[in-house]
Amino acid sequence: METAEHFSPSKASIGLSVNGEPVEVSFAPYKTLLEVLREDLQLTGTKHGCELGECGACAVLVDGRPVLSCLVLGLECQGRAVETIEGMATAAGLHPLQKAFAELGAAQCGYCTPGFLLTARALLDANPSPSFRQIQESLAGNICRCTGYIKIFEAVELAAARLRGEAAAPRRETLYGTDFDESGLLPVWQPGSRATNGSETAPVLRGQRDREPGIVEPEPSDQGERDGRGTPRSTPSGTSR
Amino acid sequence: MKPRTRVVGRPYEKVDAAAKVTGQTRFADDLVLPRMLHCKLLRSRRAHAILRRVDVSKAASLAGVVAVATGRDLPLPFGILPVSQDEHALCFDRVRFVGDPIAAVAAVDEDTANEALAAIEVDYEDLLNIGSIEQAVDNPTPRIHEYGDRDNFHKLVSMEFGNVDEGFARADRIYDDLFFYEGNTHLPLEQHAALADFGPDGKLTLWSSTQTPHYVHRALAKVLEMPASRIRVIATPNGGGFGGKSDPFNHEIVVAHLSRITGRPVKICLTREEVFYCHRGRHPMLMRARTGVKRDGSITAMHFQTALDGGAYGSYGVASTYYSGALQTVTYPVPAYRFDGARVFTNKPPCGPKRGHGTPQPRFALEAQLDKIACDLGLDPAAMRLANLQPPASITANFLRIGSMGLGACIEKVVEASGWKERRGHMPPGRGLGLACSSYICGAGLPIYWNAMPQSGVQLKLDRSGGVTVFCGSTDIGQGSDSVLAYIVAEVLGIDPFDIRVVTADTDLTPVDLGSYSSRVTLMTGNAALQAAERARELLVAAAGEKLGIPGVRLGFADGRVFDVEDPEKGLSFSDAVIAAESRFGTIGTVGSYTPPPSAGRYRGAGVGPSPAYSYSAAVVEVEVDPATGIYTVPKVWIAHDVGKCINPVLVVGQVEGSVYMGLGEAMMEDMAYRADVNGNVMHKAPSMLEYKSPTTLEMPEMVTLLVEDPDPNGPFGAKEVGQGPLLPIPPAVANAVFDAVGVRVDEIPVTPEKILRALKAKAAGRPGRVGPTKFPAIPYPEAVRIPTPAEGGDGRASDLVATGAGGVRKS
Amino acid sequence: MLRLPKFRYFVPRTVSDAVAMRADAGPDALFVAGGTDLYPNMKRRQQTPAAVITISRLEELRGVTFASDGIAIGAGAILSDLENDPRLREAHPGLAHAIAEISTPLLRNMGTIGGNLLLDTRCNYYDQNFEWRQAIDFCMKKDGQICWVAPGSPRCVAVQSADSVPVLIALGASVRLVSASGTREVPLEDLYRNDGIHYVTKAPEELLTEVRVPAPDGWRASYRKLRRRGSFDFPVLSVGAAVRRHGPLVEDARLVLGGVASAPLRLTAAEERLKGRVLDEETIQAAGEAAAGPARPMDNTDFSVAWRKQMTARYVSAALRDLVARAS
Repeated sequence: METAEHFSPSKASIGLSVNGEPVEVSFAPYKTLLEVLREDLQLTGTKHGCELGECGACAVLVDGRPVLSCLVLGLECQGRAVETIEGMATAAGLHPLQKAFAELGAAQCGYCTPGFLLTARALLDANPSPSFRQIQESLAGNICRCTGYIKIFEAVELAAARLRGEAAAPRRETLYGTDFDESGLLPVWQPGSRATNGSETAPVLRGQRDREPGIVEPEPSDQGERDGRGTPRSTPSGTSR
Repeated sequence: MKPRTRVVGRPYEKVDAAAKVTGQTRFADDLVLPRMLHCKLLRSRRAHAILRRVDVSKAASLAGVVAVATGRDLPLPFGILPVSQDEHALCFDRVRFVGDPIAAVAAVDEDTANEALAAIEVDYEDLLNIGSIEQAVDNPTPRIHEYGDRDNFHKLVSMEFGNVDEGFARADRIYDDLFFYEGNTHLPLEQHAALADFGPDGKLTLWSSTQTPHYVHRALAKVLEMPASRIRVIATPNGGGFGGKSDPFNHEIVVAHLSRITGRPVKICLTREEVFYCHRGRHPMLMRARTGVKRDGSITAMHFQTALDGGAYGSYGVASTYYSGALQTVTYPVPAYRFDGARVFTNKPPCGPKRGHGTPQPRFALEAQLDKIACDLGLDPAAMRLANLQPPASITANFLRIGSMGLGACIEKVVEASGWKERRGHMPPGRGLGLACSSYICGAGLPIYWNAMPQSGVQLKLDRSGGVTVFCGSTDIGQGSDSVLAYIVAEVLGIDPFDIRVVTADTDLTPVDLGSYSSRVTLMTGNAALQAAERARELLVAAAGEKLGIPGVRLGFADGRVFDVEDPEKGLSFSDAVIAAESRFGTIGTVGSYTPPPSAGRYRGAGVGPSPAYSYSAAVVEVEVDPATGIYTVPKVWIAHDVGKCINPVLVVGQVEGSVYMGLGEAMMEDMAYRADVNGNVMHKAPSMLEYKSPTTLEMPEMVTLLVEDPDPNGPFGAKEVGQGPLLPIPPAVANAVFDAVGVRVDEIPVTPEKILRALKAKAAGRPGRVGPTKFPAIPYPEAVRIPTPAEGGDGRASDLVATGAGGVRKS
Repeated sequence: MLRLPKFRYFVPRTVSDAVAMRADAGPDALFVAGGTDLYPNMKRRQQTPAAVITISRLEELRGVTFASDGIAIGAGAILSDLENDPRLREAHPGLAHAIAEISTPLLRNMGTIGGNLLLDTRCNYYDQNFEWRQAIDFCMKKDGQICWVAPGSPRCVAVQSADSVPVLIALGASVRLVSASGTREVPLEDLYRNDGIHYVTKAPEELLTEVRVPAPDGWRASYRKLRRRGSFDFPVLSVGAAVRRHGPLVEDARLVLGGVASAPLRLTAAEERLKGRVLDEETIQAAGEAAAGPARPMDNTDFSVAWRKQMTARYVSAALRDLVARAS
């Protein structure tokens, strides 16, 4: 387009790329990208928490840069490449950041998660080896009320390591806290050994470790847990440092 | 090698993790139905006024407006507690705070609905605004509500366990301190949203971001005057709750009503400003703690007084009031204990349950006072606490039954990890360490509506495909309760938790669970799930044992197989075991339910405080204070939490970290601030995410989390709560650390730079180095009900004697 | 969901198009660049332009040119590009630091330097939703009659809150303003007026196209910002400090406060305390004390007024200490 454009308050139509797919969409010209994504493209993975640029929940990538979709006009995205959470996983599976967030419980309620993931992705695209401080600083425009951010920082570190090709596993403290006594892991569950419902004289669980032989399973190893079919759904408990 | 649990105790992903990291979790505002209308609420612009006129005629005639509702359409009151049914879906005679809803519009889109709101005319007749505890005490009229204990007191309670005067007489020293804890709010990232669809079959479905679908169900049935059987409430995954979505809300009822009258789906999503008006957050609380101690720091008696600023409605406030005095006794023995509590109504958004419900404030006061006591007695604050721990398997003066009690281990762990003994007192100027402890309930012993029914129910469906579905009314608010259900069932049945389908929080499909509040879900639904799974396992054992010709006691369940533990090669696949069971018993469905043990207390007020189990926490906080400005940072926090048993350690650690974060926010900066404009209109000072200071990534300190497992006999696998308790020690630990760093006491939360500097200046001028309340208002607490303690041979009932207040007792 | 009001939207392709459109659109038109200030204000109905003219597609406003006589920064330069520009960090680390202190990384990916210079003045009676402001009967900055911060005040006392401004003034920056009737260059300091409503001397139809920062020529600048959190928050007090030294002695100095008035506040008395002296602790303290007097913050931001005022001396001294540290 060489000439100036003018949009009146009815409907405008633009073309853009959303998650790699070309999209034509019509909407009222005063709608923000947030509204266009959620209401006109049904991409509700992009969240909103304030609509004023004060929380970071609506962050998406526009031409690779994380921005707040609540303060970008839809019309501004004419010809641009928009990436939302829906485009982060590929046919090959979850993005390493998504995988790490899932493994570490970095998504609690999950509402701020899309914004964090896209912001973190832009960071790792630009800087494969960010320092802890750089991770904190790059995510300083996203508010999370659930996690205290720590699992998020750790997940970004973990994903960064894996994206660099390292065989990184979550740190032991991340999964169990510091000094966790794994001998506290219980014996294989046997019926009848739990507290009686509503009883005031329930049997105490302590000491039952010595009861009832069951199937013998090795102690949790540093190589991580695997469920019955060998699918790695449970997170490894190994140490990376 | 001992056999180990396959699922419980292991750091599995959450069952909904993949949906959350891909943005596929459907929150309430993500839902769209054909023909859907959009609802907006007109909210009061006056803090306290009679509604003289509400004229919606112009709004109703606007193009695109489909329906308008006012208070007269929904006249029945509701509220979370049966004793405080004081809210209306829309106000019709009176507004009680800026933000109280007056009228509602359903329109084709939000813009049209907003235009319609602007066309509604309201005439207010202002009443005196009551904006604080002191104003409520000083102004018996106008009464904000016609009910309540008297004047503008919603609730006044007083009870004495044992003889407090005798206890004080035995004390070597008596400490008398005032504390204040400012109100703050949950600030969930997700704004509340609800979608109602009243179908042509006369049945209503409501999707809502609520933590308590069961109570929303009750409120809808009551206010809409519909049979509950025709109402279905589905709690969508909550984008953060923290207690802020635990009440039934007016907007939920309003969209249901609008859907009923329009025959179309109606959705509302609140703005951030409106979320501040929903509130139900931390009560501002003024406290007076009078504590008698021996020279070793053991407590001989405590008299604890609280005054809660309740805001405009009851909410959970009666329970909050009792909670402000309930848990002082569960950490250190308090042989004689008196509690006076008061909750006042004010013209502000209603306060209610926020993470720790009613207990972070008194815990702050108690732990800050203990720090002063230790300092005064020349004792190490950690050692003093360690020497005076409430024993496990004991009963407190107020009849709370303690099961497992890992506080000692928690203190030892944080003391060791933080280098408390070596570092404290030897740190550079401006640096300091503070310690505090706490405890929290694992669900309330009694349900909100007293009845004999279970607090939590689980149904399991097993079918010949080998599929297992768990149905439960519990609501996942991000804490991982859906996952806990799957883990427990998977453990018992020896299958992969990710093969289990979890259906929760749907009043049509799932048995009742009372909701995600009071840290009740892991313990209560966990026990219900365990029972249901055990019952299913019994059926499988019987059928598989018969088929394999192996005695049932020899059957093990693991790896998706049922097998002979003495010859693991011999066995059936799990699905074949289900087929065997279904062949023998018919369709396989089992149920489990949980009812907490009966409380020991029988006195009035004994419903608040008892719990099947208590979690414990201890924290050490390090601060660095600039004495020239009062500005301080928290570089590091060490926290140990006795969770009983981790169902999933990585989720436990996550809850601890999140609790510490929220505790730091409260301790350092969060503030539900109000101001009166020149007309006396009490208003939220700045209802925005920018001005409500939620800590960012840059404020979060380094954290060391230490999990203590002291299994409780009442918990599933011994598990206790972790979602709320670890918040509690943080505010007092921050205040205690500031004292350690610069020698001044800030007896007020939040601890801000201004307050620290003010205290430092006072100290430099030779005045006490303290900032905090200096007066406690004259509150007409009733005569205390006297309850003999267990040590005195009490049976949990009140005696017919009342304390006279002058140290004596008389017949009531 | 908070939504924007309806407006007509113009997308000029050149600066001359833009100013022509502005002239045509009449008084109810506004320019927008990053939108991070205007759009929230529009959603809160603090500003309700009938027409919005975006300058975000004007490539000619994006450039940053380094020349021997200084740096010319296009008004449309994105803040995060500037904070990460190694040439800017080298030439004016204090300025790069001030830019990095603006709001959040996400907002700095959107906001422009021109937008920051023209940031609307802020006040916690004004930066509220329409409904909240309606409940207080509005204020004189928008829709109302009175200033709630200072009810006797004849003028609005909303606060100058742009992080880049104090340090740019301290560095002697100027701006270029373009309108249909011509182009003019004004010292940045002269762009501002101590009036919360009419806070810039720029005519509404003028477009700010460029910021010129003179070559360092011995000047070093620093920036200190007081706020509650390390991100998001606007300054409730900010200090831009710059000195030029000759040998050990301060030859010239400029000290500018933000966040304490409707315009940036030049601290001439404190500057005088620096000139001709060694920048030692005694001089720094004296300058800080001299700075405290003129600062008269109003009760319309975060934190208490009294404390913010007390912090003035501390923050001015701290900014000066940064210059000592950097030089050594």
